[in-house]
Parts: sequence; structure tokens; C-alpha cells
Amino acid sequence: MAATEGLALSIRGVSKVFPTPEGGEVRALDDVSLEVADGSFMVLLGPSGCGKTTLLRCIAGLEAPDSGQIDLKGTRIDDVPVWKRRVNTVFQSYALFPHMTVAQNIAFGLQMDKLPKDEVARKVDQSLALVRLSDLGGRRPHQLSGGQQQRVALARALAKEPEVLLLDEPLSALDLKLRRGMQLELKRLQQETHITFILVTHDQDEAMSMGDEVAVFNEGRIVQVGAPRDVYLRPRTSFVADFIGEANLLALIPGAAGAEVAGWGAIPADAWASDSPAADASRSVAAVRPEDVVISADPQGRFPIVDATFIGGDLHAVVQVGEATISARQPAASAAGLTTGGRCELTFRPGSVRIVDA
Amino acid sequence: MRTPRGTGTSLKNFPLFGPIAAVVFAFLYIPLVFVVGYSFNSNRVVTVWKGFSLEWYADVLTNDDIQRAVMNSLRVASISTVLSVLFATGLAIGLLRMARAGRTFAWSLIMAPLVIPEIVFAIGTLALFVQIRFPLGVDAITLAHTAFCIPFALLPIRARLRTVDLSIYEAAADLGANEWTIFRRITLPLLAPGIVAGALLAFIISLDDFIVSYFLAGAGGTTLPVYIFGMIRNAITPGVNALSTLLLLVSVVIVTISYIIARRKR
Repeated sequence: MAATEGLALSIRGVSKVFPTPEGGEVRALDDVSLEVADGSFMVLLGPSGCGKTTLLRCIAGLEAPDSGQIDLKGTRIDDVPVWKRRVNTVFQSYALFPHMTVAQNIAFGLQMDKLPKDEVARKVDQSLALVRLSDLGGRRPHQLSGGQQQRVALARALAKEPEVLLLDEPLSALDLKLRRGMQLELKRLQQETHITFILVTHDQDEAMSMGDEVAVFNEGRIVQVGAPRDVYLRPRTSFVADFIGEANLLALIPGAAGAEVAGWGAIPADAWASDSPAADASRSVAAVRPEDVVISADPQGRFPIVDATFIGGDLHAVVQVGEATISARQPAASAAGLTTGGRCELTFRPGSVRIVDA
Repeated sequence: MRTPRGTGTSLKNFPLFGPIAAVVFAFLYIPLVFVVGYSFNSNRVVTVWKGFSLEWYADVLTNDDIQRAVMNSLRVASISTVLSVLFATGLAIGLLRMARAGRTFAWSLIMAPLVIPEIVFAIGTLALFVQIRFPLGVDAITLAHTAFCIPFALLPIRARLRTVDLSIYEAAADLGANEWTIFRRITLPLLAPGIVAGALLAFIISLDDFIVSYFLAGAGGTTLPVYIFGMIRNAITPGVNALSTLLLLVSVVIVTISYIIARRKR
């Protein structure tokens, strides 16, 4: 099929509803469509309960979608049982087999493929080397640290050379320092193996630093897909703007000179991002990053500074504008005279204000 | 005596802790000491010590009736252990997959024999077997023992099963294992310590059961406890003490084995 060439995975109109114990239902996936390029690193990002893990489990076959279609390399797989899919998963809890050694854990999946013994042994060694655990093949999982268990889970899944590797919040159980190291490690593994990775996370920094593409989830829907930088610079909804990085969401009111921020005034033409949609009655929320808000100390200024705090080399300020507050961030060097309780003037950097869907 | 860790107060500070403990242990173990001690008494009068002797053991071990009773007991205990463990393993796995409401109900039904008065169970079973004309004897006892051993076998198996992270089964399926392979290579090995513990428990419960066996024994179905009961109808003889000591020894050995297995697998 020409349409699916270069695609590892194609998901079309997948929905999944779960009953709740109270007798209601939760729409975990609501008509979700997504295409994942072959050999790419896709991150599914969203708050907990947004459906991203359900989608991952539908791809793995651990959950059956109510409707929709999932194609792996152009072949429909949503009716194929889990043990026959050329897709493997790294579970959040690692799910290592406690009664087997590290090497036996990795060999398990290869034995299921009925590979000859020497082939299994060779691939086990190869996988252990890939995750740098060659000396620990004889250990039991409970004799390993969390980070090492994580690597075994990775090696076990990668040994099967899946078309797509699914990672369900793989780093959430690790402490911060270890997590940073594993992020780099995962990125390296993905580039070395050329296997398509789909990683689920609620950590936007993780998504930004690892993904070739990010799909942002909210309430069972994918609200935006794109390269991390693109999603950051051009958020389409207020949810995306606020969830990825920080954003001021400005409520706009119609004014004589165009859209106005209540208590501040009409937004000047040069402040708008060049590709921002136009403001109208149905699109009345604008997003602007704190680093694009410029404030300057002015005793006669219109706006009181509610809070001014230095964090690292930056000043983080919260300014009262009308009924609302606007956050600003700027280098400490250009923050002279800005103190809590003082007054200031406030402007937006050129090209920084963008209309988003509420 | 070990002091409890993590709390400021020691148990020893409770008034009368020492005396109460001593009385409880005395009450538990003095009868056993009596039985074991007098089994080596050479006097035919049980309560009067005369001298050390193994003659009652020789007596007991060469008695044809006792040997027959022992064989009956072992046969009943072995078969009902195997059967009840099979049922209990299936039940434990089945319970895991049931919806919450059904699971609670099923669990209560299975566990009920633990609190049903044994005499009621015995009378009911006897009535049933007479009604359907099932011959009383060893086979009848085996069936009844299987039934009331299931909850005992199920307890350690289910306890073990609950410690297993459910995503382990998902991981096995994800790596290409079908249901049967998951059962054989993941579920069963992980359950093994629970199954062994359940089997030993069921074996002991069956081995020393008296009430149900007594009701269902019929003509040729005398088990060891039923035989011992027959022996003391007339008088407590030193032979009863020797036999009881042997039975105690078997129980202690089995419990010790199960304890060692439980410790090693943890």
C-alpha cells in the first residue's frame, strides 16, 4: 500500500470506553488517529488519565479497541492476539519474571519464536551488551537496582527485534538523576537499533528532549501532533500552550483597535505571531510565554508587581493586569528595580502572541 | 524472649506477662510431654513409671490392624491432597479472573467449610452417601476429605498468587507466550511454593481428621485416628501413647518441611 509506505504504525479512529465501578463509563480513547513514521521516536504526552496508556495497550494487544483500525507496517493488527504481534512493550513496573535469571528473562521471548538454542544464546549476549549489563546475566531481578531492572526490561523487549517498541512511562520509577541518564540511553538505543519507539509520559521535559514527534493527549483525544519545538512554538489550544512549557492565557475582549487585553489595551500588530489565527468572537484566548513578556520598573507604571523572585539567573515576576495576573521571566541583568510591591510597565515581544483554541 | 522492634514499650512491661505466657505454654505442651514420655514406659499401667522401654513401639509396628489403619490413612491423605490441590489451584487462578462481586461470593462459598461445624458436614455427607447408595469406606472418606481440604489448600496458594504483579502475565503474552505457555512457564513456577504449602496443609488436615472419617468409615475404612479412638474406648494403654507419638512425629516433620520451603522461597 503506497499510502502506508514509510509508516511503522497507522491508527485510525480508535475509540475505547471503560465502565466505571459506579456504573458510568469513561471514554478513554475518543476517535484517535495517529501516524508514526518508521524508525522514529514518538512520544505520547499528556496528564494521567488522558488515554495515552490505553492507546499503547491497544497497540500492544493488551486492550481491544471498541472501534477503529490499527495497522502495523500496512497490515491490520487490531484483531491479532497479543502474542502474535511484532510489537513489544517495556512495562512501567518492568514486569520481569522473578523466578528467572536476567539471561532467562531475555531468552524467554526468543524461545517463544522457536529460535535454535545457539541463536537464542547469541541474541541474549547481544542484548545484554546493548544495555551494558553483560556481567549480570546470571543474577535474579531482585538482586538488581531499579535502573538495572529497567535495562533488563529494555533488553528483553529489544531482543525480539520488534517492528515497534512500546514504552509505558519507563522512567517514572527512577530518581531524577538516573532518569536523565536513561533518557540519553533510550535515545542512543533508538538511534542504534533503528526500531520505532513509542513512549508514553506525563513529563513534558522528557517528551521535549526525547521525541522526534510529540502527540499531546487530553481527555481521550490527541489535541496536537508535531515536532517538539513546533508544538512548543505553535500551540494550537490553550491546553497545549499551558501543558508544554508555561503560558499566560489572555482573555481577549473586542475593542475599537482590535482585540484587547482587559486592563492593558489593544494588542499591537507587531506583537502577534505572523502565523497566528485571527481573533474573533469564537477565538478569544491568546497565549504568550512568560519569557516573551517584558516588564520594566516604573514608579508611575500602571501595573503592581504581585511577586518578584530570583530563581537561578532569572527573575520570575507576577504582575497584576486588570482582574488577571501575567507571569514574566527575564534575565536578572535586566531586572533592576523590579521588586515585590513595586510598579511596572509591561509589553509583549514582537511575534509572541498567538490565538489558541480555548 | 525477643522484644518487639519499632515500639517503645516492651511486651515484658505488661503486668503478669511472664506468668500468663508460662501457663499458656504449659497448657499446650504438658499433655504432649505426657504422651511422648509415657510412650517409653515399660509398665502396662499407663500412669505409673517403671522404666524405659521400646516394647510398645515394637508392639504397635507389628500390629496388623494398626498397619492396615495406617495404610488407609496414608491412602486417603495422599489422594485427597492431590485432588484438593488440583481444585484449589484451578480455583485460585479462576478467582483472579472473576469480577469483584462474583469473586467475593465464590470465595465465601469455598471458604465456608472452615466455619461449618464438622459434625454437621459429617452427618450431611453420610446422609448423602447413604441416599445415593455410595458404599462407605476408604473411597467415601477420600471424597469427603477432598471437599474439606480444598479451602486449606487454597489459602496459601491464593496468598502466593496475590503477591504476583499482574503485568508479569501481560509481559509473557507480549513476548509471544500463549495461555498454556504462560501457565506452564510463569504461573505454575511462581505458584509452586504456595502449592507445596497447600499440599502439606491438606495432607495433615486429612491425616488427623477424626469426625468425618469416623462417620464414613463403614466396615473396612478404619483410619488411624479412628483406630486410636477404638483403642482408648477400653483404657489408655501405653500402645496408644506410642502410636500418638508416631503420628505427632509425622506432623512435626511435615510442618518443618513446609516451614523450610516457605523460608527458602521468599
